[in-house]
Amino acid sequence: MALLEATGVVKVFGKLTALGGAALSVAENEFHGLIGPNGSGKSTLMKCVAGAETPTEGSVSFAGADITALSPAERARAGMSLKFQITSVLPALSLYDNILLALQAQASLLDLVLSRTRRALHDQVMTMLQQFRLADRARDPASALSHGQQQWLEIAMALASKPRLLLLDEPTGGMSLEERRVTGELLAPIKQHCSLVIVEHDLDFIRDICDRLTVLDQGKVLASGTVAEIQASKSVQEIYLRRA
Amino acid sequence: MAETEVAGLAPATGQTTARWNVLLIVEAVVLVVALALPMVMPDYLTVFATRVAILALFALSFDLVWGYAGIMSFGQALFFGAAGYGVALLGRDLNISNLLIVLPVGVLIGFAFALLLGGFLLLGRHPTSMIFVALGTLTGSYAADRLARGWYYLGGQNGIPSIPSMTLGSYELDEGPVFYYFALALLVVVYLLCRFLVRSQFGLALAGLRENETRIAFFGYKTQHLKAIVFAIGGAIAGLAGSLYAFHEGFVWPNMVGVVISTQVVLYVLFGGSGTLIGAVIGTVIIEGVSFWLSDNYREIWPIILGVLLLFVIMFRPLGLISFVLSERERVGRFGIGPQKGDHGAS
Repeated sequence: MALLEATGVVKVFGKLTALGGAALSVAENEFHGLIGPNGSGKSTLMKCVAGAETPTEGSVSFAGADITALSPAERARAGMSLKFQITSVLPALSLYDNILLALQAQASLLDLVLSRTRRALHDQVMTMLQQFRLADRARDPASALSHGQQQWLEIAMALASKPRLLLLDEPTGGMSLEERRVTGELLAPIKQHCSLVIVEHDLDFIRDICDRLTVLDQGKVLASGTVAEIQASKSVQEIYLRRA
Repeated sequence: MAETEVAGLAPATGQTTARWNVLLIVEAVVLVVALALPMVMPDYLTVFATRVAILALFALSFDLVWGYAGIMSFGQALFFGAAGYGVALLGRDLNISNLLIVLPVGVLIGFAFALLLGGFLLLGRHPTSMIFVALGTLTGSYAADRLARGWYYLGGQNGIPSIPSMTLGSYELDEGPVFYYFALALLVVVYLLCRFLVRSQFGLALAGLRENETRIAFFGYKTQHLKAIVFAIGGAIAGLAGSLYAFHEGFVWPNMVGVVISTQVVLYVLFGGSGTLIGAVIGTVIIEGVSFWLSDNYREIWPIILGVLLLFVIMFRPLGLISFVLSERERVGRFGIGPQKGDHGAS
């Protein structure tokens, strides 16, 4: 059974149909790339999965449960995590507090008020910062980081709660080649415990880390399969890869 | 390596401690001055200082709601005034003025009103916009003002005069040094409770709420619930202030629930510096103090002078007067225990 199953997803904004019955299926521990030309509906489908947008039609199920009507917070509590396209770290807070904020999200109100988990979460905070090569900046405000480091911090925040599914919307946007390579290295180990859906324009990056790809065009699925299958697909080459 | 880590940690720790000391020093100075005031001031000024202490308590309620949770409440006087009217009715109709009863009742009234209004304004399926909450609270305050003016049972335009003195057993708490120290003690206790709250992990969640509500919803925070809780706590503090104010002044009137006092408390906090607690207290003291002095010395033009002064501070020092001494880093605060000497990679 797939971990994530989105079927017949339609999203209409006024007179614009952004998604016209898109589908997406992601297995446990699978890295799944969502690609397509600009305006093909990748980010909209991602938002429908994460709960930032409610589909006009269609359904989204996660770990066997229908989550179409759930709020983003409820989806997060079910084990889904999102990294936004635009970097959304909390600039005034330290890196340490950014991670702690993500880690303590599911603590009870009483635990938060009495700061009961502050000490217990310390090791996890430092582990996440070390994993993303940010431990030496733990005390700095997030605003002091470079763009690439802010992207890493946000991925670390999204991963902090140990989600079963991580949704990454253009994680390497604005990064240098070296930063992209490091991002690939940082993401590789999470495969042991987490599935990944990634929207990305950098096809080399996608090819390197993804097991399967779904190609969207004009709000519909053009093709879905392994990286090799997609690379061999003539229709994909025609509308997308050749253009790239 | 270990030496480098330890050496690298020391200055950062030192800086943090030094920054924290600024806030502590400001708080200590304000407390010492407040404790000494009745000893050096004539009685009529002690009465004035009591009023300021109560208004500072009221300002804390708004700072918690706006400065920490980012909820723009333009109707905070609704909770302040509703509690004032509630305890005034207890005194007038039931002859109840024991502070062990009236103050908790005032807190409950403020809490209940804020919970009701907050539930309506904040607990939708989707987060509500700042402008919706600002206009909703403003409308609530305005409607309460009109209701109080038109309701004969509440005394209409004249309000409820001659509220009996607050009592503890047979002791009557009249205006003067004892009432001042009582109000100051409540202000200090509420201040410390608020400080504990905003520096806790709950405070970190509030910081997240204020900085990027959408982001933290995707972590799993029930942001609307957090907002409603803080709004209700703010209402409870405003209720405590309102009930104290009613007994101190001896009467309540429709302005107490209206937009004028709702706006006034916004100015106290913006002037002193929002999101710092002590800024709310300092803002209240300075605005009320300057108003008092100006109205005595420049009777014709004092509102204009005060208005220009407020405008200058808010335009050129948007973080308030407290930002002259408090760094942004200290204003935001630190919530986790931070990297420790033994942490690998920490500097």
